[in-house]
Amino acid sequence: MTELIASTANLPAAGEIEPLTPEERAEIEHEISHYPNRQAATIEALKIVQKYQRWVSDGKVKAIAEVLDISPDAVDAVATFYNRIYRQPVGQKVLAICDSVSCWLLGCTELMDHASRSLDIEPGETSSDGRFTLLPTPCLGACDRAPVMKFEDKLITNLTAETLDWILKS
Amino acid sequence: MDFETPLTARIKANGEVTTLAEYRDAAGYQGLEIALSMESTAVIDLVKESNLRGRGGAGFSAGLKWSFVPRGEGTARPKYLICNADEMEPGTFKDRWLMECDPHQLIEGMVIAAYAIEADIAYLFLRADYEVAAERLQQAIDDAYQEGLLGDNICGGSYSLQLYLHTSAGRYICGEETALISSLEGKRAVPRAKPPFPQVSGLFGKPTVVNNVETLCNLPHILRNGADWFKSLGRGEDAGTKLFGVSGRVKNPGCWEMPMGTTIREILEGYAGGMQDGLKLKGFLPGGGSTDFLTEEHLDLPMDYGAIGKAGSRMGTGTMIVLDDQTCPVGMVLNLIQFFAQESCGWCTPCRNGLPFLRQLLEDLEYGKGRPEDLETMADYCRYLGPGNTFCALAPGAAEPLQSALKYFRRDFEEHVNQGGCTYRQQAKANG
Amino acid sequence: MATIEVDGTSYEVDGDRNLLDACLGLGLDLPYFCWHPTLGSVGSCRQCAVRVYANAEDTRGRLVMSCMTPVTDGQRLSIRDPESQAFRDKSIEVTMANHPHDCPVCEEGGECHLQDMTIMSRHTERRYRGLKKTYTNQYLGPCISHEMNRCIACYRCVRFYNDYAGGKDLAVLASKENVYFGRHEDGCLESGFSGNLVEVCPTGVFTDKTLSRSYNRKWDLQSAPSICSSCSLGCNISPGERQGRIKRIVNRYHHDINGYFICDRGRFGYDYTNADQRIQHCSIRQSADVTEEAPDYRDAINAIAVELAGAATGGNLIAIGSDRLSVEANFALQTLVDEDNFYSGMDPVQHQLLQSVLGIYRRPGIHAPTLREIESADAVLILGEDLVNSAPRMALSVRQATRNLSFELARKSQIPLWQDTSVRNLAQDRRSPLMILSVAGTDLDAIASLRLSAAADDIARLGFAVARCLSDRAPAVPNLSPDLESTAAGIADCLLRAKNPVIISGTSCNTPSVVESAAQVAMALSLAKSNGQIRPSWLSYVLPAANSLGLAMLQEGNDDNHLERAMQRVLANPGQCTALILQNDLYARAEPSRVDAFFGNLKSCIVLDQQPNRTTDRANILVPTQTDFETEGTLVNNEGRAQRYFEVFATDNPSLRDNWKTIANMAKAWVNPGTGQGLPESLLALARCENFDDLIALLKNRGGLFGHWDRAAPNAAFRIAGLKIPRMPHRYSGRTSLRANIRVAEAKQPEDRDSPLGFTMEGAPINIPGALTPGFWSPGWNSGESLNKFQDEINGHLKGGDPGLRLLQSPAATDMSAATSSDWFSVPAATPTAANGRLLAVSLPRLFDGEVLSALSPALAQRAELPQLEIHPETAAAVGLVEGHIATIRLESCQLKLPLRFNPRVASGLVAVPADVKTAGILPPVLLPAAVTIE
Ligand SMILES: Cc1cc2nc3c(=O)[nH]c(=O)nc-3n(C[C@H](O)[C@H](O)[C@H](O)COP(=O)(O)O)c2cc1C
Ligand code: SF4
Ligand code: FES
Repeated sequence: MTELIASTANLPAAGEIEPLTPEERAEIEHEISHYPNRQAATIEALKIVQKYQRWVSDGKVKAIAEVLDISPDAVDAVATFYNRIYRQPVGQKVLAICDSVSCWLLGCTELMDHASRSLDIEPGETSSDGRFTLLPTPCLGACDRAPVMKFEDKLITNLTAETLDWILKS
Repeated sequence: MDFETPLTARIKANGEVTTLAEYRDAAGYQGLEIALSMESTAVIDLVKESNLRGRGGAGFSAGLKWSFVPRGEGTARPKYLICNADEMEPGTFKDRWLMECDPHQLIEGMVIAAYAIEADIAYLFLRADYEVAAERLQQAIDDAYQEGLLGDNICGGSYSLQLYLHTSAGRYICGEETALISSLEGKRAVPRAKPPFPQVSGLFGKPTVVNNVETLCNLPHILRNGADWFKSLGRGEDAGTKLFGVSGRVKNPGCWEMPMGTTIREILEGYAGGMQDGLKLKGFLPGGGSTDFLTEEHLDLPMDYGAIGKAGSRMGTGTMIVLDDQTCPVGMVLNLIQFFAQESCGWCTPCRNGLPFLRQLLEDLEYGKGRPEDLETMADYCRYLGPGNTFCALAPGAAEPLQSALKYFRRDFEEHVNQGGCTYRQQAKANG
Repeated sequence: MATIEVDGTSYEVDGDRNLLDACLGLGLDLPYFCWHPTLGSVGSCRQCAVRVYANAEDTRGRLVMSCMTPVTDGQRLSIRDPESQAFRDKSIEVTMANHPHDCPVCEEGGECHLQDMTIMSRHTERRYRGLKKTYTNQYLGPCISHEMNRCIACYRCVRFYNDYAGGKDLAVLASKENVYFGRHEDGCLESGFSGNLVEVCPTGVFTDKTLSRSYNRKWDLQSAPSICSSCSLGCNISPGERQGRIKRIVNRYHHDINGYFICDRGRFGYDYTNADQRIQHCSIRQSADVTEEAPDYRDAINAIAVELAGAATGGNLIAIGSDRLSVEANFALQTLVDEDNFYSGMDPVQHQLLQSVLGIYRRPGIHAPTLREIESADAVLILGEDLVNSAPRMALSVRQATRNLSFELARKSQIPLWQDTSVRNLAQDRRSPLMILSVAGTDLDAIASLRLSAAADDIARLGFAVARCLSDRAPAVPNLSPDLESTAAGIADCLLRAKNPVIISGTSCNTPSVVESAAQVAMALSLAKSNGQIRPSWLSYVLPAANSLGLAMLQEGNDDNHLERAMQRVLANPGQCTALILQNDLYARAEPSRVDAFFGNLKSCIVLDQQPNRTTDRANILVPTQTDFETEGTLVNNEGRAQRYFEVFATDNPSLRDNWKTIANMAKAWVNPGTGQGLPESLLALARCENFDDLIALLKNRGGLFGHWDRAAPNAAFRIAGLKIPRMPHRYSGRTSLRANIRVAEAKQPEDRDSPLGFTMEGAPINIPGALTPGFWSPGWNSGESLNKFQDEINGHLKGGDPGLRLLQSPAATDMSAATSSDWFSVPAATPTAANGRLLAVSLPRLFDGEVLSALSPALAQRAELPQLEIHPETAAAVGLVEGHIATIRLESCQLKLPLRFNPRVASGLVAVPADVKTAGILPPVLLPAAVTIE
């Protein structure tokens, strides 16, 4: 609890720019070199910032806009379109349970309910201790091993309530 | 096995990646060398001749698509090749396998295609969630650059190609080729009107070809073994092999390479092992979440574009999703519509607002608020979302499972109205 | 041309259009949302579906989106077939699923395209049973309200704001059914064209906040055809009035000028007319400390007549006109005091600049292009104007001009030009050449192919060098750096290669050489492009005020009668002269101490004005004037088009008379007592003017440019089937009870003897001439989109004719090969580099607070940036100035203190002074450019 409050307190005030770190800037510049114009690297820039910050704040949107030489509004138009860009803080770990058809056939609804109940949050929310964010996710392309879930970057296949419990406890 | 499996032959059972050395040992990059020794137009002719059809869903002839790219002096430059590795169609998991396990096969295919259309730059557009594939592809790309298989003067010749890996940030619509192009330009993945086709005005307004992973992976083999060989791989009208997959409550879900024209029964019963014990087959989507249901009566159809089309569905991605008799078809369709409604890019009205409209009707049905006239309304809406009526093919695809479910499983829909909700769930509850 | 058959009837249509455009152009009703006549087609809303048939045999046909389907010859289609109707019905049904249905409280109600289209698509029954989505709205500044719940996601707002107008701070956010049209965070929309969102949005998402302060429905607003007087372009507008207040302004389509869009200054700047501070009564000051009184209008006019008669006999009467007021008001004043005693009110430089512009416009080989023509240019050279601030609507046209390359590319790739996104995708950021030479950078620089900042004379020198490159008969420019030589050659080459190049300059720099260099380029270009027959070059000048050119025409050939001359005359005869000043605050026109001296030496000062200012403070007799919304008149815009505007409403203040009328009344009062013997005939004729047409007839008698003055608009006798044209919509409510709080008896409607318009809702409903069309409405089309019923084709001319009269038609092609050295302007010396802490101060026009009257509107005042001095960091370093510090500029008796801002786009050696009205009150822009000390 305290941690989350602390981290919210550190959020930059609305309207302020949150400068890119040198690493972020360097990686974004590298991606820009792959395209004929700077704007084309918008998605990469957002992903790079998110890799370091876990989410993309308003201040970072402004910083990205600056480095790409476009407006923050143009960056946000892109940022809010893609579901793998988080425009709100997420917990320390993100659980993304696939809710598409093959996983549905194999009981993902119950698994989602289970996770939801265990964490006492609705899908899309972050647990009150700030440890987990629970997200539904479209088909993860592992339908032969359904139900599946992404735990951070790791794919967990043939998911069961027991596996979920084990992860939530660890 | 009484047939060749060129696409998956090098794939290791343990799921480890084939390295560049291993790939080369297995005749890797020979196809590229052959291609580079030919006129680029000859490569196009060969691929046309081979009758390779796009494996991304629409089944359009790859060679023909390439031939629309303007060529020669004075045409717009740079030209682009894009590999569509966005694989997000529900129930589809074939490209992942090819990329994770044999990345060089794809890279070789991309260079061949790029050479054929005289592309200067190639992008590999990979979906966000394939982190393992991303890592392995990047390694493979780096290795290929290292060995002169990418970059300037490929294989010591005069052809040069820069290839970049772009990892997406999610959204199914990125798989639609023109939306993919928007996305690659760093914009919202909103589809573009056709014409102009990407071959004329695509990425950054320049001539562009978009091909699916599996389509491209076929190229090294076609170059090495010729068009006739490729045609001979298919059992029926269509050429080559295809990755077929099965998911749902079958005994052995998975993905296998088989000749085109293999019957559905052979795939479902032979490879996937049939239904899990106690379950009966009720229907299946033959080519991913945006294809029409087929049922038991279609089991003996060959998986050919034409045959499946005639039966009222589509070959799509060739990955089947199986519905059993104890799962609610209304629920399944609701899940699919929910997926498509959520993945709509928000550009055109029928899709953006029409799919949520359908979702509402299905939810009402599922939770006991359905009305008899809703069935007709839904059928009407499926027609409303039909091909040509929306800006891109997402919404028509979304309508397919529903429109066919209304046809094949109408009784279930009516039951939902009459019984005040989902009979399957009521049944399950009753059973404890 | 192509023949198409729609529901069984054959029509001839333009084959380059899409089906929707063609059908609407034919007057057929076909619903649509995302398409817009100038924004083109994107095919997102899917409301415009029709059925097309492959050939005569085809009975099934196929559904297409008409906006995305090109017209082809022999095409057969149906709008009314059941299937396409059913399709459109579903589209509107889902469109409305989440709509709040809040029409009763929605400010768009009654002029809502969504309402119209819902009815047209026959959607009457609601089947959606789900909950509606709700959004939070944003604060978008003082001009625009935001109500996202009403959004139907047609994407028009972002397409206009970003793609068309180059805005950067509005976006479509999120996706699927959650798409949100707004800003990254709350804040004022920055674009100077944001107000068009109000009209572009087909429903009530973006509405006019200035209207909502005291809201009325469209049908309750009285309107008249009006002309924006906030800059020199003369955009056509339709102001809406109720109960004596102007409530809002909307665009009034003019094919050649503003088209579908106006700028925010024009739209939101009207509030000066409602201002509490306005001068409402006549006043006569007996002596310096005796209290002013508010005499009856008649008494004041009689008192003035006495003054005038007295002064005139001694040859001591002078009058000062106004470049913001109508030709007629100025003409009446000129007639009243006689031409020799009439002064323009402009300082000598500006006065002569305008004479020079008028002369240049009348030269062979020069054509003053319309904005529509500028839009079609494929190369643009701008010399010394920051268009966004000095002529905003022209900036929008120039922006479109840069797209002509993309249209050319599209043509080559066989992409229809109306297929908007495809054309943009194809072209990416490739643009037609736009070359901008400015003193301090401009907002268009971002899309310019060449931008260069320099002092005015240096801009001119480059222009002269371009002219020299184009024709070696033009004088050479000595001492030009090789760099600039090659820049000039590049510009010349670009202009030569273009099919329709346009050269834009103006008076903002207040520097004759700039104006002349633009003319030089145009003349040289004509020569270079002529083969035998001279080809007129397009040359457009931006002028200081709404009627600058009209005033210049009244004084054509007279380089002398400017403000300075008037002052000299007064100072030479201390205590002798009586001055009559027509709405012109002289303190903004000359060095303030000199203006003080002028007033100090007058015998008597008579001022006609609407707002109090330092000049009205000096008046012995003050008479209120009407705003453009309360009177009629004619303004001549920067391309020499005389445009009539009409009284929007009749004031009931007896002291407020038509400005020209007040002057004619002075003549009457002057003439009457002595029966006019010995007075000039022109004065007598003025005294005889009973109505506006009498005055027009007098003006027409002057001949020359005024010879067809009566053709600018039909006269007061004009009738359609015996009827006047109503100013009120026919649904105007409460007319008889509007004033019931004052008097229950129904007030008699005011009579308008000066125009063919009536202050009623009864009158001729159709076939109204363009110049007399107050606004647009058609059955089933309550929104502004009804315009399509008034055009000969979409985006075409008004069926009633384009309003206004072009006075400066390019002279017939003449042989200019005989151009002699006396036709060429001579090259100025280079600007000396700044020395000893002295910098060259230049004035920068400002959009929101740069024009005296519109700047009084609170909404615009809030949007104005704080005034700052701008300077290049290196220049600042050279003279030891620090960013953010307050700097002081001294020029003669003026002393200006403002914070300093670094701006690398300001030319070196310069300090840029904002021309906002407050700053201008301290350091009048007309004094610049000038060397100043700064510390
Ligand atoms: C909504 C939508 C999603 C699509 N997703 C994919 C995809 O993930 N991968 C793919 O290869 N093709 C996808 N496609 C098909 C592509 O638009 C395109 O036809 C294909 O990439 C062409 O490659 P091919 O000719 O090699 O099949 C999708 C199409 C639609 C309409
Ligand atoms: S059908 Fe329309 S809204 Fe749906 S994804 Fe395609 S373009 Fe976007
Ligand atoms: S007007 Fe044709 S699709 Fe919107």
